[in-house]
Amino acid sequence: MRVVNSPVSKIDGMQIATGAPVYTDDLVNNALVIKLLRSPHAFARIKSIDIERAKKVDGVEYIFTYQDVPKKRFTVAGQSYPEPSPYDRLILDEYVRYVGDEVAIVVAETEKAALKAMKFIKVEYEVLEPVLDFETAMNHPIVVHPEDNLEVNFDIGMQKGKNIVAAYKFEVGDVEAELKKCDTVVEETYYSQAQAHAMMETYRAFSYMDHNGRLNVVSSTQVPFHVRRIMARALDIPKSTVRIIKPRIGGGFGGKQTAVMEFFPAFVTWATGKPAKLVYDRKETFSCTNSRHAMRIKVKIGSDKEGNIEVIDIEALSDTGAFGEHASTVFPLVAEKTLPLYNRVKASRFEGQAVYTNKMPGGALRGYGATQGAFAVETAINKLASVLKVDPITLREKNLIKVGEEHPILHGATTKPSALTSSTLDKCIARGKQLINWDAKYPREIIDDTKVRGLGMAVTMQGSGIANIDTASAEIKLNDDGFYTLLFGATDMGTGCDTILSQMAAEVLDISMDRIIVNSCDTDISPYDPGSYASSTTYVTGNAVIKAAEDIRQQIINKGAEFLGLAPKSTQFEGGIVKSSDGNKEISLNEIAQRLSSSEGQDQLIGKGTFGSETSPPPFIAGFAEVEVDKETGQVDLINYVAVIDCGTLINPKLARIQAEGGLVQGIGMALFEDVIYTDKGKMATNTFMNYKIPSRKDIGKIIVEFEPSYEPTGPFGAKSIGEIVINTPAPAIAHAIYNAVGVFVTSLPITPEKILEFGHPQGAYPKL
Amino acid sequence: MITIKDYALPDTLEEAYNLLNKKRSNTVLGGGAFLRLGSKKIGTAIDLSKLMLDAIEETDEFIEIGAMVTFRQVETDPVLKKFANGILSQAVKNIVGVQLRNIATVGATVYSRYGFSDFITALLALDTKVLLHKRGLMRLDEFLADGAKNDILVKVIINKTGRKAAFNMMRNSQSDYAILNVAVSRLADDWKVIIGARPHRAAIAYEASKYLSGSDLTGESVQQAATIASKELSFGTNIKGSREYRRKISTALVKRAVLEVLA
Amino acid sequence: MKISVTINNKPAEFDVMPDEYLADSLRRYGYLSIRKGCDTGSCGLCTVWLDDKPILSCSVLSMRAMGKQITTIEGVKEEAKECAQYLVGEGAEQCGFCSPGLIMTILAMKRELVNPTEQDIVHYLNGNLCRCTGYVGQLRAVKKYLGVE
Repeated sequence: MRVVNSPVSKIDGMQIATGAPVYTDDLVNNALVIKLLRSPHAFARIKSIDIERAKKVDGVEYIFTYQDVPKKRFTVAGQSYPEPSPYDRLILDEYVRYVGDEVAIVVAETEKAALKAMKFIKVEYEVLEPVLDFETAMNHPIVVHPEDNLEVNFDIGMQKGKNIVAAYKFEVGDVEAELKKCDTVVEETYYSQAQAHAMMETYRAFSYMDHNGRLNVVSSTQVPFHVRRIMARALDIPKSTVRIIKPRIGGGFGGKQTAVMEFFPAFVTWATGKPAKLVYDRKETFSCTNSRHAMRIKVKIGSDKEGNIEVIDIEALSDTGAFGEHASTVFPLVAEKTLPLYNRVKASRFEGQAVYTNKMPGGALRGYGATQGAFAVETAINKLASVLKVDPITLREKNLIKVGEEHPILHGATTKPSALTSSTLDKCIARGKQLINWDAKYPREIIDDTKVRGLGMAVTMQGSGIANIDTASAEIKLNDDGFYTLLFGATDMGTGCDTILSQMAAEVLDISMDRIIVNSCDTDISPYDPGSYASSTTYVTGNAVIKAAEDIRQQIINKGAEFLGLAPKSTQFEGGIVKSSDGNKEISLNEIAQRLSSSEGQDQLIGKGTFGSETSPPPFIAGFAEVEVDKETGQVDLINYVAVIDCGTLINPKLARIQAEGGLVQGIGMALFEDVIYTDKGKMATNTFMNYKIPSRKDIGKIIVEFEPSYEPTGPFGAKSIGEIVINTPAPAIAHAIYNAVGVFVTSLPITPEKILEFGHPQGAYPKL
Repeated sequence: MITIKDYALPDTLEEAYNLLNKKRSNTVLGGGAFLRLGSKKIGTAIDLSKLMLDAIEETDEFIEIGAMVTFRQVETDPVLKKFANGILSQAVKNIVGVQLRNIATVGATVYSRYGFSDFITALLALDTKVLLHKRGLMRLDEFLADGAKNDILVKVIINKTGRKAAFNMMRNSQSDYAILNVAVSRLADDWKVIIGARPHRAAIAYEASKYLSGSDLTGESVQQAATIASKELSFGTNIKGSREYRRKISTALVKRAVLEVLA
Repeated sequence: MKISVTINNKPAEFDVMPDEYLADSLRRYGYLSIRKGCDTGSCGLCTVWLDDKPILSCSVLSMRAMGKQITTIEGVKEEAKECAQYLVGEGAEQCGFCSPGLIMTILAMKRELVNPTEQDIVHYLNGNLCRCTGYVGQLRAVKKYLGVE
């Protein structure tokens, strides 16, 4: 391989690093400014809204309330049609369902005018008792969605009268009977928090009407084609009247897989004909958009004396908040990305529900349920190891899935049992063990009277795209001067997919990358792609790009042969040009392109490729943490974090590494710092970077990443995904390391010093180890 | 969001003082960073930039820190890096980042008597007075109890008594506010134990200070002093930590600070 | 209110409101490399230099720039490019949204610290948050850029 598997720099890197104005808010011209009046109550019905005085504020153009918007419910979840998320939203509703839910849209010439007007809007609320505790939401007398026009596309187990949005059950074997036969059973309940994406660029979009009377929306989104469909439904207009343009994105992490706010400017522009923009501030981004689903996960694991795991039983409860975005699809991943790892069990079961509450909605966040599942199941596996008094690595070596073996939900809930086609997880574990110096340091090292170091580990898997559902397309166009345009709808949010996809095209077309222009994404121009999420872009869109490149390469060979007066089979494709097999005659790409675009050739070459996979091959990771715990304060210092990853072939080792390091640190944040706190009235208190602490440079210790690439036969050049899996191991590995240091398994995230001290007394009365 | 109607750059302290007292909504500006977090409606914002209050000066007896001195100056000043074991520099160096420390001022922090302040805790362990334009010199602990009362804080003055000192704090994320901070100092037999971010304003633990001052300073006495401190002061709960947790860790932090001073 | 400033070595006059913060004024005057990430002075995205010192432009009133020298990344283009090459060389720009602020802090550090250690670098840059990279690649880049072992 020439370009693939080499550490090329991002094609947009220099421009974005030096401040080029290429993000959404840099591109706005003369748009009206939108501000949203938000509910101070967790649950209320709007009795009346008086906007008369507010409308008179200088510079205010329009104010819209729930009486002004279409009555058709929609979902803002960015998912392939038919979306599994319920249509439970309106642009503005008579009911407000969480603190921060939108009450009115204020449109003004300036932000200052809009903010001033907001103060003059008089809203009379009928304040209702909210459902704030997700553990008591089910069968609660208060119903979060009492309306009767809520729709679902298909059965997701919804019982909205009971606040149940979705339910899912999976069982193989007889769990109860097998549990009775086990020598050892561990059981624990785990809680993971509603982590925030905290991408640096907050949510933003602007819209305008074009010369054809069509609605154009420019948005920092991961899912332009889904946004087009969502806008069309929300505004009740044909999809053909909507165009979505995605410029550079300042980070997404799944947050921008949900169209949390595009419909506001879209509605304003459609209603008024005027350009409008909406930029969320950080507080709105924290408290009025979406987050990871908070979950309670009960795990029961049974084994024999030798540590053969016989049963895994998981029960998950997911808090989807006020709306059901991604509710039915996130929590099943708790099982889908954990159970297949331990495929030799005699019986396994997963049962779960997602429930409505009066809090900010959950959504997609890197890991998508797998992260929550990994914390619970891997911590329980570590607990089993400690009960059995076996090395947790030995326990895993005994039980983990190997290449060629099967599991019923290896590729997701919708697919048939199929075999694992690539894995070097065993090597990842072995290498990680060396790097963390496991044999010398496990389980603990006493530093002094108050400080102890401990080691911990965890393994996880993710998928690569959504099998049998998400399907991506790519096109490659030969331009008149002998360079290519690569078009796709996947969205580079900093991940580098514009670069790695053009690496793949360059590889197939045997040409340098500077001869390929990347275009993504404009729904009027780009071929369809669900967008970048579900660890799909390298694998799904990558395969589509390869197909498109192979398609146009064949077309070029055919045309080149024709111009050379040869049969295609008498030619070879080399260095991006067509030569006769004997090498005596050749024609440059440039010449082919120019002749084709003249009256002589009259043929625009376009290669196309579409790919959807029947499988979702899992990448694997082994994570190892070394922490130092201060027994008197509970403070945890992360000393070392080692991750060894099998993501198949590395299309770009440099970008894969940075993805891994970034994901690990997000996982570390989730493990130790990122606390989500609501007041007893249901207001999110952790809605600034002052109170919601993502890790800073000083918080992360030493991060060591290595790769043990397998070769995935269905992957592009043997690649699998990397984007999501990297966030999964820190929480369980760090929890385990803390346990090994001080004998305390903290079962709720984040693991704060205070929680550690709750178990151990500062004067050293931690459990005896 | 704050609003400001007018902006003034007075040439003298007297002018600034008169402007401040002219209208209730008039406000003296510090760096402007914390001000922005509130929703104050300010009539005239009074900027002290022209009054040459941005210097740290050392004389034979005192160190004087002007109100407009930034935390970054405190952090990097060669005198303060050494003075009293460098606790003032130590106390401010973990506050967010260099860019914020280039903005946040000594005057605004002391004037506002922020409970979460690391700097005030450290100052309180030293022999510190504040100079107010009208009321003149005032002990820091008295000022903290009393407040500025529409006066203008001109500078902070520390008596170079030769105290040995230590600063200690508990943060979860290193860029977070302290859950608790502690400063301890010793001048011969006179000890001061200060606990701040309780989350209430920093305060002197008088009983613990007194106990230490008369004790034999063995490990047991140090532990005892730390226990006294954790009992005599009140602690509260906020988003960063509970009352119980703060009380628990106060013992450890005080003990460690005392031991550091003794080392 | 009209204020005279020097921006990127050129004299200029800004018309600002008394309660306007510098980041907003600068964006209004077309300096679009200035990004706002937090509203609370916590993230470092909006870092520019005021009289050669790195500050958070979101937290300094525009009036405070009166008579002073403002430097944005547009004013140190060549040096910023050189620094950016190291970041991009490690893939440590990722989404790029926080990069201009980070580069302005790195360049300020280069002027302020003599022979910084790894620890000094981490301390100096701690006010620049990044959610993409996990900081490790940025540290590799800065160490190479400054020739720190």
